[in-house]
This record gives sequence, structure tokens and C-alpha cells, in this order.
Amino acid sequence: MEKILVGLKRVVDYNVRVRVKSDGSGVETAGVKMSINPFDEIALEEALQIKERGDASEVIVLSIGTSESQQQLRTGLAMGADRAILVTTDDELDPLTRARIFLEVINREQPGLVVLGKQAIDEDNSQTGQMLAAIWGRPQATFASEVKLDGDTATVTREVDAGLETIEIDLPAVVTADLRLNEPRYVKLPDIMKAKKKPLEELPLSDLAIEGAPAISSTAYEPPAVREKGIMVEDVPALIGALKDKGLA
Amino acid sequence: MTKILIIAEHDGSSMNPSTAKCVTCASGIDGATIDVLVLAADAGAVAAEAAKLNGVSRVVTIERDENAQPVAAILAPQIVAAAADYTHVFGPSTTFGKDVMPRVAALLGVNQVSDIMAVNGSHTFHRPIYAGSAVVTVQAPAGAKLVATVRTASYQSAANDGSAAIEALTVDAEIPTHTRFVGVEVSESDRPDLQTAAKVVSGGRALASEENFDLVYALADKIGAAVGATRAAVDAGYIASETQVGQTGKIIAPELYIAVGISGAIQHLTGIKDAGTIVAINKDEEAPIFEVADIGLVGDLFTVLPELTENL
Repeated sequence: MEKILVGLKRVVDYNVRVRVKSDGSGVETAGVKMSINPFDEIALEEALQIKERGDASEVIVLSIGTSESQQQLRTGLAMGADRAILVTTDDELDPLTRARIFLEVINREQPGLVVLGKQAIDEDNSQTGQMLAAIWGRPQATFASEVKLDGDTATVTREVDAGLETIEIDLPAVVTADLRLNEPRYVKLPDIMKAKKKPLEELPLSDLAIEGAPAISSTAYEPPAVREKGIMVEDVPALIGALKDKGLA
Repeated sequence: MTKILIIAEHDGSSMNPSTAKCVTCASGIDGATIDVLVLAADAGAVAAEAAKLNGVSRVVTIERDENAQPVAAILAPQIVAAAADYTHVFGPSTTFGKDVMPRVAALLGVNQVSDIMAVNGSHTFHRPIYAGSAVVTVQAPAGAKLVATVRTASYQSAANDGSAAIEALTVDAEIPTHTRFVGVEVSESDRPDLQTAAKVVSGGRALASEENFDLVYALADKIGAAVGATRAAVDAGYIASETQVGQTGKIIAPELYIAVGISGAIQHLTGIKDAGTIVAINKDEEAPIFEVADIGLVGDLFTVLPELTENL
């Protein structure tokens, strides 16, 4: 295939302990480290490996957000993507609107495969990939742990609750990456320098004629209920005693 | 008037407990009528189970050969057609529901409320974000159809003393052929199912090898528990991926959760916060797991586990 399109979302870094703002209006993101959504990094790694095997000629990374998302796209370019597209908006967008933006970019670029993360670790929605496949009218292979390409089809192993499921899909299609799909490569310094010269196109969302979806509004944020700290026991007999007290042994 | 259609999860012969939990969640909406939709090649046994769930008015079946396996692209257009007269469409937040429900929502032109953990009204819900670090109240637009997934660990199963009518439905929907089910590799195990087990013993990276996980299996088998694991243990290859508990794995609510050699990263803790009693065994007394554990024991798992297994 000619092109693979990969989505990269800028999110609060995996290691940051996220806190709710004291007025309940949102979560604290000011001054917090931001990174590529980890599942999107896995998606990009898969696309790069497909290209390196000779099954694709170009990997395009797409992000939607403020100009700050350029950082994550530059990291994607340093990992090995060939060019980047940033659809710029100051608005917080819902998954269906994001899917519609992806579809618009698909219509322009005609990729043979779209790879996204299975969920973003900020909103934890796990919706955009499935929604994109639906409105595109194409197959979805979600929670993928292995992707084998064979001409116009792909065989994908999926991590499902029961175990590992295998499906065969016609291309083009949407694949969403699960943890075990691969291990993303580390970016090397010379690649960061090279990435600065790679093309990064900015498209204002207002130029794209995307129909907004009915949004679900977030009206209040609160910290989760805290579990009471329990007791510490010295040894196994004391542990068994404590379990017996609770009727659990 | 709230009319809720719940998409049943099943394996072709029996209903997954996630469906009964969706019914309990839906019952939290005042005045709601609740129907269950069973898509299958042969819906008989599953429909009979669904008809017994307390609170269900009607079970609707769509039987087609293509529905023998849960392929999202095949089920979604049928669900959309069946949902025409409903205000709400609910499914479980399991890999089945997470796969198919957003596809349904997109075909209906709406966003989805993912992972309902509490109902505040017909269009107002609580859901976790940032691996459970925050709980957000969401308000869905009243004029549009509402598609949602239910965080099953937040709900008990509906009782089994109902007797709803079962009706076969034929829908006019175009079934795609671009997605074909090949097979599913189910780990054979005599242990209880991780998602519904009353007791779970879980191991972390500190187990240090696949062989050492035998210590976890031994304790689990002694007390009739299911076996879970952290992402680190799965990534290290000590245990199969379907045992992963946490933000990107399974969300569970057993009565007893024994965490062995698990430090307690927030991404793991979000998967067990509804557990009844959490027991933590870890040699690092500073491990964050002790902040949430009901019973904590600082010690070397390689001596504690065999002793516990022998004496329980």
C-alpha cells in the first residue's frame, strides 16, 4: 500500500498523578508534562514496522488540537514518520467530531490503513477508532496484538476478555493498537534533528467544513472516593486471623 | 418516556454476567422500560436467560447465521435498526461492548457515554477518567439517542426471578462482508472467571518469572479464586494478557482481592477500587498498594505465599 495514517494525541504523561482542580472545573493540566498517548506510540511503531518491511511507502501522523501538539508530531517524525498534519483548534473536541476530521483527512490522503491507539489515557473513552471505521464504512480491528498484512486483506489478532480472537479484514481498514502489539522504539538525537526538516502541515479546523456532533458536556469533576487505609499485620497467622474476622477465611 | 435497549453479551450458548449488570444500571433510571436484544445464530438459550432478569420487560432476538460470532461491523447496523423506537442503547464496558457500541453510536450520529459508574438521571451520569484519578459528571443532549457502556464492576447483577416475553425481530440492515471471524483462542482453565470471581489472587512483576506464578496459582486453587496480574507481569511474559487488571485491562470487583508483589500503580488500582477487601503482600513497606489495602503484610512473597497456601 502507499500510505498509512496514524493518529497521535497529546495527553498528560502516563507517569503524572492527575489531580482535580479545587473548584471542580476540571483536572490540573497547567505545567504538567505532556506526551504522545502511549497507545498511539504503539500504533505508530506498527506503521513504521510495516513500512520497513516494504509493505507501505509513507507513514503520515495526524494530530488534532492546539499548536502545542506540534511537539508530539515532531516526536512522531523523529520516530520515523514521513510527514505530519496538525488540524488546529482551541476547542476540546468529542470523539465523533475527531472521527469526522480523520475521515476528511482520509478522503484527501487515501491511506490503505489507519492505525490508532485503542484508547487515550486522558478521557479513557475508547471510541474514536470504532467511530471512524463506522462512518468510513470500513472494517475495524480493535485491541490488536498482532497484524499480518496479505495484499488487500489483513489478519488481526485481538485481545478480548476471553483470550485472543482472530479476524480477517479487507483493506482499507482501521486498526486500534493494544499494549502487546509491539514495543515502540526510542528516539535518537540525530533523528530529532532530522525531524525538524520533515514537513508538518497545519490545517485550521475552520477550513475543513466538519459537522460538529452533539457533544456530551462535562459539568463537574471530583476526586474518586478514597479507600480507608486498613491494618498492617506482622505475619501469616495474623493475616489469616484478620481474614477470618471478615468472614473471608 | 425512557426506553432502554440493552445489547446482550453472550458466547452463543450462555449469557455473560455483564448483561445482568447493565440491567441493574438501567434500572437506576426512573420510570425506564428495559428491553434486552440478543443477536445470535440461535438465540434460544440466551434469550431464555435474559427473560428471567428482573426489570426486563421484553427480550428481542435477531437470529441470523452471520450473528454466530460477535463481529462489531456485522452487529452494529442491526442494532441501529432495532434501536429505532428506543431513547437509550446500553452495552457492557467489556471488550465486546467497547468494540461494538461506539460503532453503533457513530452510525446514529451521536457520541457515547463510556463506562457509566453511577446514574444521576436519564441523561446525567458519572464516569471515571484519567485511570480513575477523577470522576466526571456528564450530561448527554436530551434530544438525541443516548448510547452508553456500563462499567460492570460498579453494579451487582439483576436478580433472576422475572419472566419477560421473548419476541423474534427481523430488521432491514445491510450486513457487510468486509470483516470475517476466523477463531478465538480461549485459555483453558478450571479456575473461576476473573471478571465475576468472588475471590482473586493477583501477581505483579515481583513474581519475577512464569514459573514463580505457580505460587499464585497454588494459593488461588486452594481458596477457589481466579488469577489476575498487573500490566508489568503480562508485559514480562509471566502470564497471559487476558489476566491483566487495570485501566487498560479488566475492571473487577471481587469480595476478596489478594495482591502479591504488586506495587500499586494508579493504572492498576483503578481496576480494583470496588473490591470488597484488598490484601497486599509486598516486601516494600513504602509500596502505594498499602495505602488502599484493608490488610497489609510486609514480607517476602516467596516465603509468605507457600505459608499462606498451606494454612488457609
